[in-house]
Amino acid sequence: MAIDTERVQTIEEIEPFEAAEEIEGGDVVLIDTREPHEYQEAHLDGGKLVPPGVLADEIGTAAPDKSARTIVYCRSGNRSAIATAQLQQLGYENVASMSGGILQWQEQGLPVVSPSGMTPEQRERYSRHTLLPEVGVDGQVKLLNAKVLLLGAGGLGAPTALYLAAAGVGTIGLVDDDVVDASNLQRQVIHNTERIGMAKTASARIFIEGLNPDVKVVEHNGRLDASNILEVISDYDIIVDGADNFPTRYLLNDASVRLRKPVVSASILGFDGQISTFVPYEGPCYRCLYPTPPPAELAPSCSANGVLGVMAGTMGTLQANEVIKIVLGKGEPLVGRLLLYEALGTSFTELKVRRDPDCPICGEHAEEIPESEMGQFPDYDQFCAGAGGDR
Amino acid sequence: MATVRIPPVLRPKTGGQAEVEAGGADVGEVLRSLTGDYPNTQEQLFGEDGELNRYVNVYLNDEDVRVLQGLDTAVKDGDTVVILPAMAGGASRLAN
Repeated sequence: MAIDTERVQTIEEIEPFEAAEEIEGGDVVLIDTREPHEYQEAHLDGGKLVPPGVLADEIGTAAPDKSARTIVYCRSGNRSAIATAQLQQLGYENVASMSGGILQWQEQGLPVVSPSGMTPEQRERYSRHTLLPEVGVDGQVKLLNAKVLLLGAGGLGAPTALYLAAAGVGTIGLVDDDVVDASNLQRQVIHNTERIGMAKTASARIFIEGLNPDVKVVEHNGRLDASNILEVISDYDIIVDGADNFPTRYLLNDASVRLRKPVVSASILGFDGQISTFVPYEGPCYRCLYPTPPPAELAPSCSANGVLGVMAGTMGTLQANEVIKIVLGKGEPLVGRLLLYEALGTSFTELKVRRDPDCPICGEHAEEIPESEMGQFPDYDQFCAGAGGDR
Repeated sequence: MATVRIPPVLRPKTGGQAEVEAGGADVGEVLRSLTGDYPNTQEQLFGEDGELNRYVNVYLNDEDVRVLQGLDTAVKDGDTVVILPAMAGGASRLAN
């Protein structure tokens, strides 16, 4: 846009303290001409956001009265000077730019609105998140308030926990009854050599708390079974399934459908991984995909067959990505899609997964479960008898 | 010819190959061609009744053949048939 240099030189500039007096006196239209992420971090009380790129289009809505006293500010005073000149060209009669911007305003101890309630340390820590329009301050606050349960603090759980903790997921629950073994360390990067023999939940807690003090770690040092699963998962928003055995996977599926909790589910073996996201009634459930578990010879375990360590990182971080998208409500989670990754060929394959109308758990004919039977589940060990998994 | 993607658990039965070529006009023929070439895959894919085992998912390209015409689903040259059993590996405990 061409700017009339004559007018640029003749705009009115006022100091922050002068602006503060005018604002306190009332009858001032206050325009914030920065980008949305800057506005979200902190702005002046009453400031209306009109980013520079859309000034001409949106100023009429924010400031309909061209004769009203209008004060424009930005970060340091440059963008607001340009905007003030533009507003004069658009016919605004009484507009001023606040010199020094919100930086000088804050230096002088004047108050700003921080909608997030994030601390200065959090604003610094998560600044690369809040810069993203898809996250922003609002999204970061959602992450800080999110509660995510990880089934397994092992191969898949380790990288998932690391990235969720770094991302500021406020509560991370860890279910595992195992202790750190030397053979875990080739892929379970949340543990280390010194902590061999320590409970995995305790070892993971040490790493997470060292990484990010914002995260509350809840240890569930045991196994999920029919007697405790509803109580454990009901406290969480999202469940991440990295379980090592079929009985737990089916139990988790059936319980999470009952409580309508999304489950991000992945598995790895050798150089192969698969991942999908099950959101009850929005997409298929685990039983729609796998109605019955395979026999043992078709379900060898990592401990019997081996797994490339980095597979845990690849699939675990994909799980973390799914969790973050669900928390933010952004993007397209893998609902109704199964993603296969084959590491030797570095190839990804996506398959469609449909809801099964005859699914005994989430299908059309699945029976409503009365409250009294909510915590009763079939015998999954029996159901999966002969099935694989290294239980 | 179609390309059949072999899951890791079946690769010992296909000489370690992750993909094999197999001919056939429909999914059933392609899979029977596979079991003809690699007989050890037969009992893991098909039950005694000749139907696919319920724990084995088969996809034609990206679609589950169960929502198509099952084993009768027509296969074109260059299609991919994916065989997919469930996996449970994750935390990878040592066997008790």
